[in-house]
Amino acid sequence: MKRMRFVLTIVVLIASVLLAACAQQPTAAPEEAAAQEVTALIGFTASQTGSYNVESTRQINGLNLWMNQVNDAGGIKLADGSVVKFESKFYDDESNKDRVQELYTRLATEDNANFLISPYSSGLTDAAAVIAEQYGKVMITTGAASDSTYQKGYTLVFQTYTPASKYLTGAADLLAATDPSVKKIAIVHENDKFSTDVSTALNDYALSKGYEVVIFEGYDSGTTDFAAFINKIGETAPDAIMGGGHFQDGSTFAKQIFEKNVPVKFLALLVAPPEPTFAELGDAALGVIGPSQWEPLANFDAEAASSAGMAWFGASSQEFTAAYTAAYTEEPSYHAAGGYISGLLLQQAIEQAGSLETQAVKTALENIDALTFFGHVKFDTTPENHGLQVGHSMVYIQWQKSGDVLAKQVVWPAEGASAATVYPIR
Amino acid sequence: MNRWRNPGLWLTLIIVVLVGVFPVITGKASTREVIFTMLLSVVLASSLNIILGYTGYVSFGHVVFFGLGGYVGLYLMSVGVSLWLAILAGGLSAGLLAFLLGKAILRLRGAYFALATIGVNEAMRAFINNFQPFGGPTGISLHFNVYQDYGGATQALWITYGLLVVLSVAAILLSYMVKTSKFGLGLVAIREDEDAAEVMGVVTPNTKTWAYVLSAILPGMVGVLYYFKNGNIEPADAFRLHFSIEFLVMVMLGGFGTVTGPVLGAVGYQRLRGFLLTNELFKNIQLSVAGVLLLVIILFIPGGAVGWLRKRFPVTRKVLP
Amino acid sequence: MQLLAFLIDGLLIGFVYGIAAMGLTLIWGVMNVINLAHGPIIALGSFGVYLLFTNFGMNPYLALVVVAGLGLLLGMLMYLIAIQRVIDAPHLSTLLATFAINMIIIGIGTAIFTTTPRTVNFSLGSISAGPITILGTRVVAALASILVTGGLYLFLYRTTLGKYVRAVANNRAAAELMGIPSGRILALSFGLGTMLAAIAGSLIATFFPFTILSGGIYELKSFVIGVLGGLGNPLGALAGGLILGVLEGVIPAFITTSWVPVLEFGLFIIILLVRPTGLFGAKK
Repeated sequence: MKRMRFVLTIVVLIASVLLAACAQQPTAAPEEAAAQEVTALIGFTASQTGSYNVESTRQINGLNLWMNQVNDAGGIKLADGSVVKFESKFYDDESNKDRVQELYTRLATEDNANFLISPYSSGLTDAAAVIAEQYGKVMITTGAASDSTYQKGYTLVFQTYTPASKYLTGAADLLAATDPSVKKIAIVHENDKFSTDVSTALNDYALSKGYEVVIFEGYDSGTTDFAAFINKIGETAPDAIMGGGHFQDGSTFAKQIFEKNVPVKFLALLVAPPEPTFAELGDAALGVIGPSQWEPLANFDAEAASSAGMAWFGASSQEFTAAYTAAYTEEPSYHAAGGYISGLLLQQAIEQAGSLETQAVKTALENIDALTFFGHVKFDTTPENHGLQVGHSMVYIQWQKSGDVLAKQVVWPAEGASAATVYPIR
Repeated sequence: MNRWRNPGLWLTLIIVVLVGVFPVITGKASTREVIFTMLLSVVLASSLNIILGYTGYVSFGHVVFFGLGGYVGLYLMSVGVSLWLAILAGGLSAGLLAFLLGKAILRLRGAYFALATIGVNEAMRAFINNFQPFGGPTGISLHFNVYQDYGGATQALWITYGLLVVLSVAAILLSYMVKTSKFGLGLVAIREDEDAAEVMGVVTPNTKTWAYVLSAILPGMVGVLYYFKNGNIEPADAFRLHFSIEFLVMVMLGGFGTVTGPVLGAVGYQRLRGFLLTNELFKNIQLSVAGVLLLVIILFIPGGAVGWLRKRFPVTRKVLP
Repeated sequence: MQLLAFLIDGLLIGFVYGIAAMGLTLIWGVMNVINLAHGPIIALGSFGVYLLFTNFGMNPYLALVVVAGLGLLLGMLMYLIAIQRVIDAPHLSTLLATFAINMIIIGIGTAIFTTTPRTVNFSLGSISAGPITILGTRVVAALASILVTGGLYLFLYRTTLGKYVRAVANNRAAAELMGIPSGRILALSFGLGTMLAAIAGSLIATFFPFTILSGGIYELKSFVIGVLGGLGNPLGALAGGLILGVLEGVIPAFITTSWVPVLEFGLFIIILLVRPTGLFGAKK
């Protein structure tokens, strides 16, 4: 009898540990201050650890800059006279999909976020977007270029970045404009979703333009030794090499192409070249071209809009660059611009809708067709591709030497170019 | 004593069901998500325990069954097969893989087997990354309107959750049934001394293979559930080695070779991780904290929580299976 | 002619793989422990050279010696804290103990260094002959690997301490009966293993970018090489490394590069099944 009681006690203790472990802490609902002031909560996950942490931090810096500016300016006025100020709530997604869904569900249902911003990267955004749709929250995606996310029937997810399918097609146009005699292109890419999507679209486009794609191959994510790969490319003797992946593999690839003296005339890589730290490669960076969602050199302001007959809203490129540099002591990258524009788009939509209500904001977003510091923005509203970014296109930069210093110049599109293309690069 | 009279088993089952039903009562989606992750870990840890805890074969690549099940399930769903059939197919394909693998690599002992399981996981990931019918590096995506077949997204999520609760109960029951059967006795004999077991008449190759198959089926099935909920699957995350390691930690934490151990370990680990991730102080070093915890357990309490309890309080042995 | 380029690149990297694997197989062979912290220690070696080079302008090869020494100490510390207690426990314990250390290092490393890739901007130029261009740093790395292998071999077979290590590896109980302090020898052996890992990391830093996570891929390759070359045998590890390097270098010439990992791991499994003692036989 005593033994049974003892045993039962132990078992009950364990049981209570289990149950206590599952108990949820009550969370406070977002503050509703005075009747006139409303707080809108923006929820997202940040890659504070893991491989995306650099880009994710910049993206969030951009978003925070916007948020601070709006709040400091007094917030947004709604149709009913109340004033909206913004707050953010975020969690670490560790650059991994595992927790993304759990965390976004928490943001949507427990923290009661009014709006969601995507994580950084197409892969994580894909996982998060489904949550936005499942719980009926508007999500602005940034740092995510994959087209396929918008072909899944979502209605509340909106893309700020130029989609992957348009990433390198401009590079092919640039090549054609620079040297029409070039025929052979090598397309090599990281074997992940984003890079594969970009390269497949580029391949189709290049073939349609009459180029011969002498090699179209992927390398494993995380490859640091491209020796064998470069040997293989060298064998096919291409005039131009395009593709790449993310920063680390892109810059390593550029470095090793240079070290191996591959006689290529044109080199366009994803993601890596627009990064300021790409210049650390020294001579290996010279002449390398890269697509960028936005560059400080790109001159978008209200005058450019009116001369092009487009609507305009928000700060100009220069104003954004100045404000960001003042706040974070470094020049903004396009990730930061992406973070900022996502907030700006949300603001514009709320102002146009005059309310925080999801359906109203959604409709307002669908109606946006304007020039901003980020470029032209407009969303696809067809059911097949709802939310896909169709207004924005990439600018292409090239690293060029002025005197002894390596600097980025915008070389394409011709209207925005700050310098002529250097060709051939080697 | 009739093996079904063990109060520990029923208590565990009741607690799991209660925990499982809790979000349904409160109707809160975020609680459901947390419990979902927890129950997923319970199933995976309990399944791993069959080959790891009972049979003593260290598998580092257990996530391969989860990933393969997910892929097969999503592939079938993307061509119109229903969720129920997809789940079955996922489980069966994982079991089949385990059967084939078992015949090949279970011949290896100790560390070699562990390394072989890593090799298998990496080979599978690299293979699927190149396998176009499964989408290659892009993976497989489900169109959002697939949820319409199950009454809309919200309802589909609850259905998926309900299925997971059922499978969690199944996992615990399976673990218990194996442990208290003659088959299970053979497994433990293999763990303690394989050669002696063989001499005593345990047909080791077959026994081990069946243990491996049993440990693979449920992960395959819950893999389909997880990826159905996610809406897509990619090779990079379907075969994450780190995931396997986490289950291992859960089994060790709770107590390998017991039924309740992996359950406790799974719950404990998930709560710890959830706490660390959202806590200001620890969030940057949550991996290190988990590592320290594991090290302490290994060095001082290798039997895990349940193992320690059973050793310290022998009476619990009858009650904590 | 192009095939020669593939071959040379493969060989050069193979030497580095060999050193990396040697650390793992030494520990494995001497005390039957698979050091799952092998990867992070390689990464720490890379960071060591990076920090010394960037902050003190130290020549990377000089930094390598310093890092090697630190690696030795770190390994001995690791052994005394984490492994010694569980050395006689079932396999799982040592596997998990070393894995726990892996997690700790990666966690702290990510917090301190973040995941920005680092490069050591050090160049020794390159040698060109027609379509073949070889990096100076890679040649030096290969030479360094040969030196280290030679050094290790001499240590194990020509010094008394090395003899003790081999004795303990062969039969610990008998060695203790002969008066060899097996605990200390085991600590030394573990330290030697981590030292080799740190050296590999240092060499890698001279020509590849790296993060705290970069060691993982070398750890996986080390497993493959360990099985290929046999345990506890430094020459076997080097040979295994060369074989793997050449395979990685030459196979892409014939098939899509992304299939190489599939082949690698497939080969790994096949060797495990067919000849688990490795192509060059085990030490025991």
